[in-house]
Amino acid sequence: MSDFITLNHGSGGRASLDLIKSIFIKPFGNNNTVLSDSAILNIPEDRIAFTTDSFVIDPIFFPGGDIGKLAVCGTINDLSVSGAVPKFITASFIIEEGFPVNDLKKIVISMVKQAKVANIKIVAGDTKVVHKGKCDKIFINTTGIGVFEKDYSFISTGEKVEVNDKIIVNGFLGDHSIAVLGARNEMDLKVSILSDCACLNELIQNLIKANLRIRFMRDVTRGGLATVLTELAEIIKLGVELDEINIPVRESVNGLCEILGFDPLYLANEGKVLIVVHCEDADKVIKILNKNPLGLESKIIGEIVSEHPKIVVGKTQIGGKRILNMLQGEQLPRIC
Amino acid sequence: MKFIDEYRDFEIVQNISKKLRKYNDREISLMEVCGGHTMAIHRFGISSLLPENIKLISGPGCPVCVSGIGFIDSAIECSKIKDVIIATYGDLVRVPGSKSSLEEEKSKGADIRIVYSSLEALKIAKSNKNKKVVFLGIGFETTAPGSAVAIQIAYKENISNFYLLSAHKIMPPVMEALLNDRVKLDGFICPGHVSTITGSNIYNFIPKKYKIACVVTGFEPTDLMQSIFMLAKQINTKDQKVEIQYSRTVTKQGNLKAQEIMNEVFEAQNDLWRGIGEIPKSGLKLKGKYKNFDAEKVFNLRIVFKNENPNCICGDILRGLKKPTECKLFSKVCSPENPIGACMVSSEGACHAYYKYYSYE
Repeated sequence: MSDFITLNHGSGGRASLDLIKSIFIKPFGNNNTVLSDSAILNIPEDRIAFTTDSFVIDPIFFPGGDIGKLAVCGTINDLSVSGAVPKFITASFIIEEGFPVNDLKKIVISMVKQAKVANIKIVAGDTKVVHKGKCDKIFINTTGIGVFEKDYSFISTGEKVEVNDKIIVNGFLGDHSIAVLGARNEMDLKVSILSDCACLNELIQNLIKANLRIRFMRDVTRGGLATVLTELAEIIKLGVELDEINIPVRESVNGLCEILGFDPLYLANEGKVLIVVHCEDADKVIKILNKNPLGLESKIIGEIVSEHPKIVVGKTQIGGKRILNMLQGEQLPRIC
Repeated sequence: MKFIDEYRDFEIVQNISKKLRKYNDREISLMEVCGGHTMAIHRFGISSLLPENIKLISGPGCPVCVSGIGFIDSAIECSKIKDVIIATYGDLVRVPGSKSSLEEEKSKGADIRIVYSSLEALKIAKSNKNKKVVFLGIGFETTAPGSAVAIQIAYKENISNFYLLSAHKIMPPVMEALLNDRVKLDGFICPGHVSTITGSNIYNFIPKKYKIACVVTGFEPTDLMQSIFMLAKQINTKDQKVEIQYSRTVTKQGNLKAQEIMNEVFEAQNDLWRGIGEIPKSGLKLKGKYKNFDAEKVFNLRIVFKNENPNCICGDILRGLKKPTECKLFSKVCSPENPIGACMVSSEGACHAYYKYYSYE
């Protein structure tokens, strides 16, 4: 097999088959299967969670992860915060001609590793190769199916959220954004922060199993915490009040934000979940989250209030108040 | 975080907030003329900590906002010239010109690169000898020395494919223009970074000629609160003068080296301010010695004054006459996603800051 992906690998002929068998099928652990047009799945439940996401990150390798890890975790997390147990995912690759086969192998190994961590199967896939310059190195789409062990359909709608409910986040915000920014190396800044990219299914399932009054969950990805909370406030038509001093942000991330003029509440994450819970259960949620390595820094950061409906108000470190809005456009570094 | 948290101390801020209440016998209007201050005020909710009689007004402090449509149009025109690479600070790419923005041109194929310093732009020129790199010089006395240094290096090293399209502006003339424009004002929260370069002496004419209080201010909450207190005290005791609150970086004389470099490379010219109009000797252009680096001359560009959307009140906002929320377009038609006026474009623009952190007032 050559060292670089060629258009031939996407032709559908022998080279395609070789690529699929050697790079994908074996690591994905389905080597006994005959290559058919569909995966046939056994899903006894009558309600499933079903989601899809595409990944185009640049750079494809970054501290704490790569595009493969991200592609698996992203879809797993979308299923998990819906209250489902992720079971199967598919993976489709669009690869630029000339892409190093070794990099593809690394990406696949990373996907397999995450699939094992999350206890899911990668059951179907597709590969296309496009001419040089027609895509940026590699794009991955993953689609996932999860099953419900309990009826949790209310968890994404916000319908059960009430005044006095507490808002919790499972750890430091903004690591992913800053890690990727550092890896782009546009600013000659040496950044030692790792992306928080991780599969949250176990953490979330432990919470669900504990039978607590969880009202709402959402993964905090692009747009950051402020954007998710603004969405929530609009859906539930209640106010959200944040204690900014309790929001976990690493000192190093804070420092870079100060230099670049970013607000950490708008930075992207890939391993963070926002949980709204009945106030009496909030401490129990923290205890459970703390038992998982992905929840060690969990904090109660605010609550649902009846004042200022549909608006998120941040109580600042100095005791001032400000209104938080959704992220508009990318956060660009300021110039002075 | 060390060197940050000290300046965001809850007790200190609350204490000043309480002390400010004694200056409650009259309306006090204070204007900040630095975008960084506008952002900090909103980000920390400073206004919510002031007594009702003290009002903060956002002046023409965001360099991106005050550069006219004509400048953006020239930059776009320049980007269409064969083999030109435009190097610019990030804030500028979304600013709407009369028909398009640099961001839009980039998506159509123009080579537009975001840089974080003038020297980075120079680096691009050095490594792309067959291209012409045009750096968009924008900003006040804070960024002008940076552009000047790049020009000096290019001159010394004979780099012939590097050019500056200058929209650099200086602060004192616009402050004077505002005061002559009968803007209702009692004090200036003077810019911290500009003053680090220029020194605080450049403001001396303001209390002398106009009886307006001036305090050079830092960007942290305790800085702002302390400054507001100092201004209120000056106004209350009718002892208007120039004081430096931001004494950890600002002196009366400023950074003499930077001033020298700036003066060696630039000279003042009449300049256009978006929403305000032409202000004499308020802009910076390259001196004759450096004319071969002047993109305006080399590419024969003409920066002309162009009219804004008639409903946009950016001009009044920049002059402190109106608040963003008084604009018909604000948050309905004009938002950071779809900015009509320049104050909405840059994150330091008054409208953008209002949109993002609209605080209790």
